[in-house]
Amino acid sequence: MAEVLVYVDHVDGAVRKPTLELLTLARRIGEPVALALGAGAEATAAVLAEHGAVKVLTADAPEFSDYLVVPKVDALQAAYDAVSPAAVLVPSSAEGKEIAARLAVRIGSGIITDAIDLEAGDEGPVATQAAFAASFTTKSRVSKGTPVITVKPNSAPVEAAPAAGTVEALAVTFGALATGTKVTSRTPRESTGRPELTEAAIVVSGGRGVNGAENFHIIEALADSLGAAVGASRAAVDAGWYPHSNQVGQTGKSVSPQLYIASGISGAIQHRAGMQTSKTIVAINKDAEAPIFDLVDYGVVGDLFAVVPQLTDEIKARKG
Amino acid sequence: MSLRIVVCVKYVPDATGDRQFTEDLTVNRDDVDGLLSELDEYAVEQALQIADEADDAEITVLTVGPEDAKDALRKALSMGADKAIHVEDDDLHGTDVMGTSLVLAKAIEKAGYDLVITGMASTDGTMGVLPAILAERLGVPQVTLLSEVKVEDGVVTGRRDGDSASEQLEASLPALVSVTDQSGEARYPSFKGIMAAKKKPVQSWDLEELEIESDEVGLEGSWTAVDSATQRPARTAGTIVKDEGEGGKALAGFLAEQKFI
Ligand SMILES: Cc1cc2nc3c(=O)[nH]c(=O)nc-3n(C[C@H](O)[C@H](O)[C@H](O)COP(=O)(O)OP(=O)(O)OC[C@H]3O[C@@H](n4cnc5c(N)ncnc54)[C@H](O)[C@@H]3O)c2cc1C
Ligand SMILES: Nc1ncnc2c1ncn2[C@@H]1O[C@H](COP(=O)(O)O)[C@@H](O)[C@H]1O
Repeated sequence: MAEVLVYVDHVDGAVRKPTLELLTLARRIGEPVALALGAGAEATAAVLAEHGAVKVLTADAPEFSDYLVVPKVDALQAAYDAVSPAAVLVPSSAEGKEIAARLAVRIGSGIITDAIDLEAGDEGPVATQAAFAASFTTKSRVSKGTPVITVKPNSAPVEAAPAAGTVEALAVTFGALATGTKVTSRTPRESTGRPELTEAAIVVSGGRGVNGAENFHIIEALADSLGAAVGASRAAVDAGWYPHSNQVGQTGKSVSPQLYIASGISGAIQHRAGMQTSKTIVAINKDAEAPIFDLVDYGVVGDLFAVVPQLTDEIKARKG
Repeated sequence: MSLRIVVCVKYVPDATGDRQFTEDLTVNRDDVDGLLSELDEYAVEQALQIADEADDAEITVLTVGPEDAKDALRKALSMGADKAIHVEDDDLHGTDVMGTSLVLAKAIEKAGYDLVITGMASTDGTMGVLPAILAERLGVPQVTLLSEVKVEDGVVTGRRDGDSASEQLEASLPALVSVTDQSGEARYPSFKGIMAAKKKPVQSWDLEELEIESDEVGLEGSWTAVDSATQRPARTAGTIVKDEGEGGKALAGFLAEQKFI
């Protein structure tokens, strides 16, 4: 069976959920071979094996953290050369897309980004994508070279599928460009203890209607009652009420949770672009004409300062 | 020596218009008004600020696109860029990111550069991969997704806010930079700027001038194929209630029904 190369996103050996989803998709096309780089690479093997990786290639070198993107491309290319896979799958993070794109141009292959589904086809894997702020769904494939495809979080279920997961060290030689962009310092983002925005099953977002950083605790309390991640509209981020890393939309994160709750958000096209594929959408807005209501499964026309705390209390009461 | 900055700008259909695909499954660029991609305005703005700080700099704006794409160049010129290059050729219709990056790379090399600046993503394709591909093709450092950027003594530095960390980056020129919409509001063209733009040079290049064969670009030269595009069915109308004191409780009821609680 053909092998499919899967690029692993992990933090010090802890594999992030989108990578496990990639393994589910990879198994539809062939046998997953995983590539894990950097500190803790070998520690990823057990989880990857549990989810279907027949082999786990690993490499660690200071270059991966000291320089931007290119050393990882060199490693992915080395893995590509070693495996000759039928396809290369990479998580659709900002960095993942850059790594995938540079590999694609090096190996003379077409690239598809931000797939939301993937299936085997007669002429190679067929990717589903959302276009124009998710108002269209397209099906595409790579017509030249080995398909390189980046896949968004929440595009497939995580499935157990035990496989060998044999660990093999990968030899990587860095090219001249690898040390072009130096990372001179790195400030890790502080953990909030809440789920990762793009991976969360439930996202609770606040917009301009929240009217101040000091009021965002109302949104956070609702999120915590549901075990949800917190999102924000660009208006709320630009006003400095919430960090940019929590922005949902075209220039923020694109989310596709089971449930999306928007409070005080009008539903501009650029916001929709990042949340329109959510399974269930709920909105609270005092303006009955707000475009967000065109998307909702359930909407409450009302003041979020009354509705949201009541909702939070009711959820807590029901959960006991 | 003068700092030569090339800014890549894209002409895109207005996102607030009714965007559609054409029969050959390319973006319909005829029925929706086009404009300079808002995300590329940030690239033009940073180029202007970098040029202001430099002793001597020249900003060239570059676009690959149809006839109307000149509008995008005019806007960038009226913001303050010095000159423009428009790569236009009938064979370019349907070109994907690999083809577009090839054309841009050849045009940038022909124009001559020390610094290339792009937006973070185009508002129509939204792939956000062109900057990385362009850096690969040009063989220069990629310093991408910056929310802050500075150029001093032939070195570009900037801040990249990633998912798990905020990184400070550094590279020597020549380099390629992409900037996010967090890099600072773009200026509005002044009346004077708009008048001055009319006199600024706009060169047109075709594929032959760039020594690119027609089968390297266009639908035929595309390395990806779109098999279908279907409009997402409108979401079925949901329940909308007016809060009269119990709205939060009603909503909790809905969430319980849907098994979220
Ligand atoms: C290139 C580009 C990229 C962009 N990218 C993004 C992006 O990634 N994400 C994004 O979100 N936006 C993005 N935008 C901006 C987008 O166009 C909107 O401006 C933005 O989404 C508006 O945010 P909002 O809904 O919070 O604010 P508004 O549109 O001002 O809406 C606020 C809403 O809150 C309601 N409200 C006010 N008070 C209350 C109350 N007490 N109770 C209940 N409801 C209340 C109001 O009725 C209103 O509907 C982008 C724009 C451009 C041009
Ligand atoms: N046709 C084009 N002409 C000039 N620049 C472009 C073109 N397409 C993309 N770009 C540049 O590449 C960036 C990212 O585009 P993309 O990868 O298509 O999302 C944009 O912000 C532009 O700066």
